[in-house]
Amino acid sequence: MQQNGSLKRKPRTIIEKVWDNHVVAERPGAPTLIYIDLHLVHEVTSPQAFSGLRERGLTVRRPDLTFGTTDHSIPTYDRSLPILDKVAEAQIVQFEKNCREFGIPFFGPQSKNQGIVHIIGPEQGLTQPGMTVVCGDSHTATHGAFGALAFGIGTSQVEHVLATQCLLQSRSKTFEVRVEGTLKPGVGAKDIVLNLISRIGIGGGTGCVFEYSGSAIRSLSMEERMTICNMSIEGGARAGLVAPDDTTFQYLANRPYAPKGADWDRAVKSWRQLPTDEGATFDKRIDIDASSLEPMITFGTNPGMGIPITAAVPDPAAINDPVERDTLGKALRYMDLSSGKPLLGHPVNVVFIGSCTNSRISDLRAAAAIFKGRKVSPNVKVMVVPGSQQVKEQAQAEGLDQVFKEAGADWREAGCSMCIAMNGDQLQPGEYSVSTSNRNFEGRQGKGGRTFLASPLTAAASAITGVVTDVRTML
Amino acid sequence: MEKFTTFTSRLAPLGIDNIDTDQIIPARFLKTTSKAGLGDNLFFDWRYLPDGTPKPDFLLNRPEGHAAQILLAGDNFGCGSSREHAPWALVQYGFRAVISTSFADIFRGNSLKNSLLPIAVAPDVHKALFTSVVADPAVTVTVNLAEQKLVLPDGSAVSFPIDEFAKTCMLQGVDELGYILQSAEYISAYESTRQLTVDTLSVAI
Repeated sequence: MQQNGSLKRKPRTIIEKVWDNHVVAERPGAPTLIYIDLHLVHEVTSPQAFSGLRERGLTVRRPDLTFGTTDHSIPTYDRSLPILDKVAEAQIVQFEKNCREFGIPFFGPQSKNQGIVHIIGPEQGLTQPGMTVVCGDSHTATHGAFGALAFGIGTSQVEHVLATQCLLQSRSKTFEVRVEGTLKPGVGAKDIVLNLISRIGIGGGTGCVFEYSGSAIRSLSMEERMTICNMSIEGGARAGLVAPDDTTFQYLANRPYAPKGADWDRAVKSWRQLPTDEGATFDKRIDIDASSLEPMITFGTNPGMGIPITAAVPDPAAINDPVERDTLGKALRYMDLSSGKPLLGHPVNVVFIGSCTNSRISDLRAAAAIFKGRKVSPNVKVMVVPGSQQVKEQAQAEGLDQVFKEAGADWREAGCSMCIAMNGDQLQPGEYSVSTSNRNFEGRQGKGGRTFLASPLTAAASAITGVVTDVRTML
Repeated sequence: MEKFTTFTSRLAPLGIDNIDTDQIIPARFLKTTSKAGLGDNLFFDWRYLPDGTPKPDFLLNRPEGHAAQILLAGDNFGCGSSREHAPWALVQYGFRAVISTSFADIFRGNSLKNSLLPIAVAPDVHKALFTSVVADPAVTVTVNLAEQKLVLPDGSAVSFPIDEFAKTCMLQGVDELGYILQSAEYISAYESTRQLTVDTLSVAI
């Protein structure tokens, strides 16, 4: 069917190209069966899937396309110490047992390559352009930065992919997010994506895959592109991607699992065919002017409740729709904030620099540049959690760990940590954090905790002053 | 999976937009390696006070929360984390359907695989349902999946969309994996045409 001449000539988006390349079967009355090139697994969303395989007497069809890591429930204190949470420990032990039994390679807690699943995939060269990538985690969209169609799945689907390497999927709508212009100093990738979500809302991309395009996206590093793709789900889109280019290929070359020699040349040649064709159309589109952006921060209890850092917290009374008004009112009550003035100057108890959104080496360098020669406020607890042990090693080689420690911040081992707060790293009830992570839902960072989402620069600046701070005053 | 049959139930109204899966089942309950016991922790932080006693004003601690098999929720239900623990917890608690104006993609897919029916209705129908249930908590609706029909308290009916394949699976009580396993020859044929650029077993770790 895809050989049909007219279909071949029709201009396609990269989203459609990757999809078309992975169609295994299309049969009436069922969604399309698509092939998965890379399946990443972790300890939290896989155990019931492995149990399902055992109950049915099934094996893992392609362990050579599957990779595991421990990240969500793992402590970020010294790895030579025992895991104090016995329930978490049992989950990690079960994960290692599952991987061994089914022949899946994995990075356990003691591996020098262990890290957050969305950090290690790109870092190891497992994530490559044009792939379909899935993981039982909604931030799988991160891998879209390489021009992969990457999305989160539930545990039932984890089982489907383990058993068959395939998924039943319906085609998504396409949504172009075009970002043109040049970012101002103090404004970065996190601010672009927080701005997008504040404009379209957290359901704005439902049913869609984003393609991020435009001169501002092109000029971003791979790590910055990952930050943007990572938060596609916060805009409601299951996936978001950036077409591969020389920046992508330079990043990937010579990574452990990337193709080598003639295989590399052949791969790059085919990856260059992926970008959206001239004349291809999208179902939806939004334009963002990068030069008009300010550092962004969230004030509420979902990631769409974001404002430029100098803007005032909105007033529920100004909203007509009763449910929307109640939702905003409930958020402000939970956050114990009043509307009408900016968050600038609001006291902060904890600063968290980490998560699959912002824990790569460039994020740590950005934060360290603010910390260097300064001390964190005595009122603030600061946690810096590298995304992987490789990031940790690199940071230490550059002396960043010393900068953090001398400033008074806590330098930890790799993991999801206080982004999801299931490993003991968490806020106390009523505490406020400025966090570089991706979700500010009620209780996300600890029961009763209150989260302001922002960039590593804003988080570092707020750590120094002890209050929400516009980093541009410190540059 | 049990066959999904037509049923009539009261509504449990939770009029909040964007209820995310962290609220449905907080992350600290995801350290389990089984599905057991999740229903007890459904909406835990909204449902219990810090000392562990039930919050008297929360829906699930009021009579209307106990009596209903249908959750009536605000827009964009189930956003956020992909955790399938969310539909597992809702089903274990006793819900068979959720009515909203829209559902987050991953939650919708996860629900359909667990016999929990996500029913998307138009905003005016949604608003009217809230009005009816606030006026009289005893009102009921009937869910007929085969006809994709929701019979409202006033006896009128509205249709709702659902993926045809998911509907068939739910009505027959079969899961998707069985169907995909039957496609083994298509999968092998596809694999024989692909030149892979990654091999996760190629590096010693």
